[in-house]
Amino acid sequence: MSFVSKLQMSAAAGALVAAFAVSPAAAERARFEFWYGLTGDLGERVQETCKRFNDSQQEFEAVCVGQGGYPNAVQNAIAAYRAGKQPTIVQVYDGGTLDLMLSGAYVPARKLMADNGYEVKWDDYFSGIANYYATAKGELLSFPYNSSTAMLYWNRDAFAKIGRDKAPATWEEVEEVARELKKAGYECPLGFNFDTWQILEQFSAIHGEPIATKNNGYDGLDAEVVFNKTKFVDHVKFFKRMADEGVFTVRTKEAGMDIVPSFASGACQMIQTSIADHGTIGKTAAADMKWDVAMLPVWNGTERKNSLVGGASLWVLAGKSEPEYKGAAAFLKFIGTPESAEWWSTVTGYIPVTNSGFEAMKAKGFYDKAPYKGRELAIESLTFTPTTPITRGIRLGGFMQIRKEVTDALQGIFAGKVGVEEALNEAAERSNAVLRRFEKTYAGKSLL
Amino acid sequence: MEKRAVFRAGSLAYLLILPQLLLVFVFFYWPTGAALYWAFTLEMPWGGGNQWVGLENFTAVLKDGKYWSSVVASCVFAFAATALALAQALVLALFVDRQLRGSRGFRSFYVWPYAVAAPAVSLAFRFIFAPETGLVAFVNQWWPGLWNPSINGAQAMALVVLCFAWKWIGYNFIFLLAALQSIPRALMEASAMDGAGPLRRMLDIQLPLLTPTFFFLLVINLTESFVGPDSFGIVDILTEGGPANATNLLVYKIYSDGFKGLDYSGAAAQSIILMLLVMVLTFIQFRWVERRVHYK
Repeated sequence: MSFVSKLQMSAAAGALVAAFAVSPAAAERARFEFWYGLTGDLGERVQETCKRFNDSQQEFEAVCVGQGGYPNAVQNAIAAYRAGKQPTIVQVYDGGTLDLMLSGAYVPARKLMADNGYEVKWDDYFSGIANYYATAKGELLSFPYNSSTAMLYWNRDAFAKIGRDKAPATWEEVEEVARELKKAGYECPLGFNFDTWQILEQFSAIHGEPIATKNNGYDGLDAEVVFNKTKFVDHVKFFKRMADEGVFTVRTKEAGMDIVPSFASGACQMIQTSIADHGTIGKTAAADMKWDVAMLPVWNGTERKNSLVGGASLWVLAGKSEPEYKGAAAFLKFIGTPESAEWWSTVTGYIPVTNSGFEAMKAKGFYDKAPYKGRELAIESLTFTPTTPITRGIRLGGFMQIRKEVTDALQGIFAGKVGVEEALNEAAERSNAVLRRFEKTYAGKSLL
Repeated sequence: MEKRAVFRAGSLAYLLILPQLLLVFVFFYWPTGAALYWAFTLEMPWGGGNQWVGLENFTAVLKDGKYWSSVVASCVFAFAATALALAQALVLALFVDRQLRGSRGFRSFYVWPYAVAAPAVSLAFRFIFAPETGLVAFVNQWWPGLWNPSINGAQAMALVVLCFAWKWIGYNFIFLLAALQSIPRALMEASAMDGAGPLRRMLDIQLPLLTPTFFFLLVINLTESFVGPDSFGIVDILTEGGPANATNLLVYKIYSDGFKGLDYSGAAAQSIILMLLVMVLTFIQFRWVERRVHYK
């Protein structure tokens, strides 16, 4: 018998034994459901997380169901909750946070862990991450899970052709570099799309500019947006000017290629996107393409502030049974361990969410090696300054509608149909109508 | 006097139609009733309460300029797509009916597009019509910036119209062909003997006799393009309502406001308005257009 077939035999025998050994135990396992929104490669990594959890212990079984996108995960969880068939844990993206927060349809993170006898060092979470999902007083309500922030990706090869080896730190420099790249024959020195997350939200945070009054909405539901009166307006004008001159280029999914594949294929030389795309670009870019990430540029003379966290957090929904909560608590404890955090950061581009997790990875030299080098800059960007009342996050009702208003405005602006100021004023006015409607829907409720 | 056979078994009849009535109630009247109720309240998405606001949702919708631009977009889409799908299907059906070479093959060939799901059609269209990477990207090499539906609203509208029409030509074609083939041969032969050419016969005999089918298809196509799942699927994949709301059809706006934006009450009010709109449209068609239809 050859060695290989022996190995196969023993593997088969092992599997058989395992099947018999596990099945009686599996029947007694307490099951709970976890619905997530991540798709594609990242969705498979979530499934792997569940498998790792299920293999790590015998008591609980996580049943993880992909919902095909962030908005779908929220919609489906809402429909299920109203029908009394909700999952125990659901992944909710940043924009869906406030509705859930005001609904009372959840079990606060601290309560869940305390009830089930787990000690969690809540102040170990990076404050920039925790504050986004915490009450105004700082009490964390959900578990930060897949966290990211926006970075500038730049193509070293192209930069070398124009005799540069450093990423631009200011927008003045970006303009200079982009013009040189254009002159050197590059079609798309900087590619951008109409996602508001980079151009409005991250830009405003690192420049210390508010998006809305009442500290971006943290201090009350009666906040009003102010993005039509801040540096953001000049920034959009700058982008418009650059786009008109062909130095910056619109790259959207609808146009055939979004910014991430545009960068990975070498078509665009600079983009602003999430650190979570670090893994994807590493996998899809040509092996000999040299590229790197840097913190987002700021305008000259700006006192840089911390950037905002993006991604989603895990909420535990109300109305489930005791064993399900026990399972959920064990699961959340599991993904919070340093080993899990490191594994998750390795296979995705997401950043560790706790200080200790980050320090442990740094100590092991995780960020020194090639494929992961540069990801530590995301943490640097997120923790650049302690969070200020403005850079804590954005707490606006109907935020998805507000994002859409701004996206619509940007589309109108870059199609040349409306002026920058006119479009942004209209978007602001419409966003305020959304906020007033939201305030009225939750009349009598106040922010925690 | 006319004789009528009457079955006097009231309760049994009701019992027999009960399952169907229940289904209609559960899947149509109940949701419509719930939507009607939500339209007059402000509903918290996660439950936990709502409050009566009377007509406020309706006035908010009707005062919204973007809502009216969606109404216009929906009308443009519905009429353009219906006209294109009907005209093209008519041409194809007339030719297949003339028994030209290969017409038997084409008869089944042209129905295929209708069998493809709208999102699949739209994905294919996206690959073909993407301005930078699609098959038509070459036009932008001749003339940079000529074709870009991701920026140009009119082009985006043309693209979704084309996509919808492509899918619905097959459906219209099969109905028109069946109608053409049910026209008595004797009529055609007689006129041919009297010296009428193919075009004359088409204008004087075939088209007038097609009007009932045409009218049926008009109603179906218009309704489908206003509220059908195909228009939704096509817009969702191709444009997501953009750029700058140029293709934000009413049916898509309801979805994106309600489910993406979590404004359930506003979306409910919009669906009530849309329902009324389609009812009025269908009424108009039956009241005025049907008069011109010849039912033999």
